Amino acid sequence: MSREETASAQAVEAAAAEKAVFQIRSFSLWYGDQQALKDVSLDIPERRVTAIIGPSGCGKSTLIRALNRMNDLIPSVRTQGQILFRGTDLYGRGTDPVEVRRRIGMVFQKPNPFPKSVFENVAFGLRINGFRGDLKARVQWALEKAALWEEVQDQLHKSGFDLSGGQQQRLCLARALAVQPEVLLMDEPCSALDPIATGKIEDLIHQLKEEITIVIVTHNMQQAARVSDHTAFMLLGELIEFAPTKILFTRPGDPRTEAYITGRFG
Amino acid sequence: MVRESFERELRRLQQEVVELGAMVEEAIQKAVEALKARDKALAREVVHGDALINRRRLEIEERCLELLATQQPMARDLRIFTAVLHIVTDLERMGDHAEGLGKIVLRLEDEPWIKPLLDIPRMRDIAVAMLRDALQAFVHSDAQEARAIAQRDDEVDALHDQVHRELFFLMIQNPRNVTQATYLMWATHGLERIADLVTNVCERVVFVSTGVMEELNVSGE
Repeated sequence: MSREETASAQAVEAAAAEKAVFQIRSFSLWYGDQQALKDVSLDIPERRVTAIIGPSGCGKSTLIRALNRMNDLIPSVRTQGQILFRGTDLYGRGTDPVEVRRRIGMVFQKPNPFPKSVFENVAFGLRINGFRGDLKARVQWALEKAALWEEVQDQLHKSGFDLSGGQQQRLCLARALAVQPEVLLMDEPCSALDPIATGKIEDLIHQLKEEITIVIVTHNMQQAARVSDHTAFMLLGELIEFAPTKILFTRPGDPRTEAYITGRFG
Repeated sequence: MVRESFERELRRLQQEVVELGAMVEEAIQKAVEALKARDKALAREVVHGDALINRRRLEIEERCLELLATQQPMARDLRIFTAVLHIVTDLERMGDHAEGLGKIVLRLEDEPWIKPLLDIPRMRDIAVAMLRDALQAFVHSDAQEARAIAQRDDEVDALHDQVHRELFFLMIQNPRNVTQATYLMWATHGLERIADLVTNVCERVVFVSTGVMEELNVSGE
């Protein structure tokens, strides 16, 4: 059995016991002539945290962005293969990318609050989705979920920009959670944060996975080891290994994974 | 610390384990020599030397903790650290058994041996060779060799059982033999335990190499 076959066999085996939210099937992606993802197959289990790690340029951000069609915004992008989201082809003709992004929220590397008040930042997604419930209650609920309510309840009308970096990131998290997505994608959510703010986000990940599926891209292997249940290691656009996190970080199956996580890569 | 110097630190750590092993080996050698010659001065040297072994063990443990905290090793590197922490504990216990042998020499009366002292030095030779080879297997992360070394524990167990049978017979034969026979039983028990502890070291070598904990040589129980 080749290494690739071993990696995909492990991937299937690891996720077999759990219900998959995403079924990624032989998925490839090109930016113009440049192939960024090569024949990736992976099942992302429900209500678990899945981490994607790998060196810069390995395709991990491209893969996570493919999960809510963020790459659609780049004109030269071409894809092949399938990503099934709860059994439906994410790239199928009948799939509405706006609806996809409501069900699959995203938090980015740098906090990117809108130039609006704290309240309006969180209410934004609800307003554009025509939310008809109790707006105030939902905003409070989202801020509580993001562990920010205590700190901002008296400053809801202050600009989102007046918050600290860590608070801004939790505000973005609250904004994403407000529309009650089924999946939360996090693309290096702590890379601009100090260790205390990072700790808070990691605690939140632990709490949130009770209710939603989380996929996190991180450069920080210790973070992947701390927060995730499964870890995928990518290299040059390929999925090298996908395994339960505790296995991947103690006895990885592929020598390339071993070389990367022990810092002997390249 | 960049990875290159981490590699160097890791090699140094393994080297320090081998050096601690050499100290333990010397203690076992000397303890049995002291027993053979009833050399109380040599026995005292072994007893006092144990403190040095204990100190070295703690130093290696501290070094491990520093590197774990600052380097956060993963995968095989992480397995090496857990192995080192276990192996130094096993080595320290082997040192305690050598010290125990030294104390037996200090307690023995100057009376003739009730049986020729042949099997105890043989047990020592096997146990010491096992120890030396196990630490080499550790440095080379050689699981196959480690499994083979653990098998040699059976020879030590067989000698232990044989000596015990003889000593029981001698005690039954003449109650005046009881004191010396008891001391000699303690001595053989110490050597038998040392070989068992080497088997533990071999298990750690297999773990470093394969990532799986295997119990070695359990059938000998």
